[in-house]
Amino acid sequence: MAKRIEVSGLNVYYGDFKAVEDVSMTVEPRSVTAFIGPSGCGKSTFLRTLNRMHEVIPGARVEGKVMLDQQDLYGNGVDPVAVRRVVGMVFQRPNPFPTMSIFDNVASGLKLNGVKDRKKLTEVVESSLKGANLWNEVKDRLDKPGAGLSGGQQQRLCIARAIAVEPEVILMDEPCSALDPISTLAIEDLIEKLKDRFTVVIVTHNMQQAARVSDQTAFFNLAATGKPGRLIEMAPTKQIFSNPGEKATEDYITGRFG
Amino acid sequence: MSSPDGTAPPDRPDGTASDETEPKIEDLVHEDAGPTPQFGGLASEHAEHEAAQQPAEVMTESGVEAAGTKATTETGGKLELGPVGHLGDRLFGGLARGSGGLVVLIVAFVGIFLLALAIPALIDDKSSFLFSRIWEPGGDEPRFGIAALFYTTVISSIIAMLIAVPIAIGVALFVTYYAPKRLAAPVAHAVDLLAAVPSIIYGLWGILFFAPILRPVINGLSSALGWIPLFEKPPGDNVGVVFTASVVLAIMILPVVTAISREIFAQTPISHREGALALGATRWEMIRLSVLPYGRSGVVSASMLGLGRALGETVAVLIILSVPNGNDPWNSSIFAGGETFASKIANNAAEFDSPEKTGAYIAAGLVLFVVTFLVNSAARIIVDRSTPGAKRPRRNRRAGAATEGASA
Repeated sequence: MAKRIEVSGLNVYYGDFKAVEDVSMTVEPRSVTAFIGPSGCGKSTFLRTLNRMHEVIPGARVEGKVMLDQQDLYGNGVDPVAVRRVVGMVFQRPNPFPTMSIFDNVASGLKLNGVKDRKKLTEVVESSLKGANLWNEVKDRLDKPGAGLSGGQQQRLCIARAIAVEPEVILMDEPCSALDPISTLAIEDLIEKLKDRFTVVIVTHNMQQAARVSDQTAFFNLAATGKPGRLIEMAPTKQIFSNPGEKATEDYITGRFG
Repeated sequence: MSSPDGTAPPDRPDGTASDETEPKIEDLVHEDAGPTPQFGGLASEHAEHEAAQQPAEVMTESGVEAAGTKATTETGGKLELGPVGHLGDRLFGGLARGSGGLVVLIVAFVGIFLLALAIPALIDDKSSFLFSRIWEPGGDEPRFGIAALFYTTVISSIIAMLIAVPIAIGVALFVTYYAPKRLAAPVAHAVDLLAAVPSIIYGLWGILFFAPILRPVINGLSSALGWIPLFEKPPGDNVGVVFTASVVLAIMILPVVTAISREIFAQTPISHREGALALGATRWEMIRLSVLPYGRSGVVSASMLGLGRALGETVAVLIILSVPNGNDPWNSSIFAGGETFASKIANNAAEFDSPEKTGAYIAAGLVLFVVTFLVNSAARIIVDRSTPGAKRPRRNRRAGAATEGASA
């Protein structure tokens, strides 16, 4: 259930503006890869190209290759909708469907895939909520609206919704930046658990979080304002935080800029 | 009456509270953003803050003193803290209050006028006003009831709404989520233009051009569903029927329903839409999962506003509907002629010669007024109760946050 992502020579454009330049990297299966870097350096944009969510913005396009175990996500005849069914995503702000119950929120992805069998849905909802460490908090109110949960619970609900369809990869775009420290801790514990089954890629502004949860860390930076973002270096997390290869990385993680 | 002053305070604490929590989260993120201790940075930030505040205070004080030197000399250094009122304030405040009051007065006067003229006629009415279909006002034994008028008014408006709303939703979704940008704006403008066509034009166009086109539709529907009284076609080739009026009314209310639906669909938060797309939803599935639930209340209220317009539409209906011959039995079919409140009153405006007769028509007008008022109020209540992002979910979120904090 987890696949390797290989990116080579990826450029991302918004219209004429080049937002990300020449990124190549390999994301290992069943591991957590963190993207860090200052605001506007293109890490979120790059993350979104991994499930083609950037195409929601008109005028966005990419050059280069993103391979998911030998399959090019940008190949001919590849439907972005199909890509998103195997590469799930969790966003910065929890976004459960506000009018749906907790149960229906988790089941929504399965229903999109045509699963109608009530028994199967019930099973998957339970296992997904357990997988998202939320089952014990919501098992008595599955029919209540998801919007009634706290921010941290909503975010775990969104994670449950994402893992319910058994994706190959889960992308997380600053999943804790709208949450309090206790909810953040719950999500971090969960990420630790998710990597047993999925390939996890997380964008974070919080370097301690990157240090705590990730196996690999990639540092993105801009050469200057208005210039495209670049991948500066990618290495095992321990190495990035103890002995970074680049001066820019060291400056960033020691708080000298950014 | 909820004045702006009355509604502001409950909202304001909400706003500030959320504003306060936002930076806090940011601060937390910044605080542990780096392995190096940042307390020094935070402290210096605070110092800067204070430093920035102090000169500002000094400046305002000196400003007040400079402005009120006379006052300070008299009161011996005391600050002038009395009421600050300017002519502009009082003038504008007075104008605003006056305008607000005037509107209420006008509505009240219209209501009083209708009641005062209708009540004497209603007292003289020899048949049931609400349930009789006879309309013979005036004379020694006035007999009039609104049942037939009410039926035709409501059925024609409801059919108009049933036709207009699905088309409006389709147009609104097309303009917001399907059409390429350069096509969306012209289509939206074209629909808006429909609202600019005067209703007399709709009436003429409807009866002279559109009604003959509708004849095969009427024939088809009546031959397929003719066993239901509603669709039973009376003999003859009359095209000035309720159904024709309904279709023209549908075109007339299309712009308002489309415009409101379009606004509400376009406001669907991007986070809701991305949530659906990230699950692998197609465009239609995204609309079904996020846009339609978000816009539902808006569409309902837009439909009600359209219904309200259709109920009161006069000239177009007057021109299109053929008035049934007084000797014919009453026909409930939508393929027969008829009269609505508005068209009845407009048709007989020449008959307002005696107060009794006038009173009867005004009583009918009063019923129309009440029905339209109720429909519009219903629309308003639905909007208020379930405006997207209204107070309810926000309160829930806070309560949820509190419980989580407690459980942790």
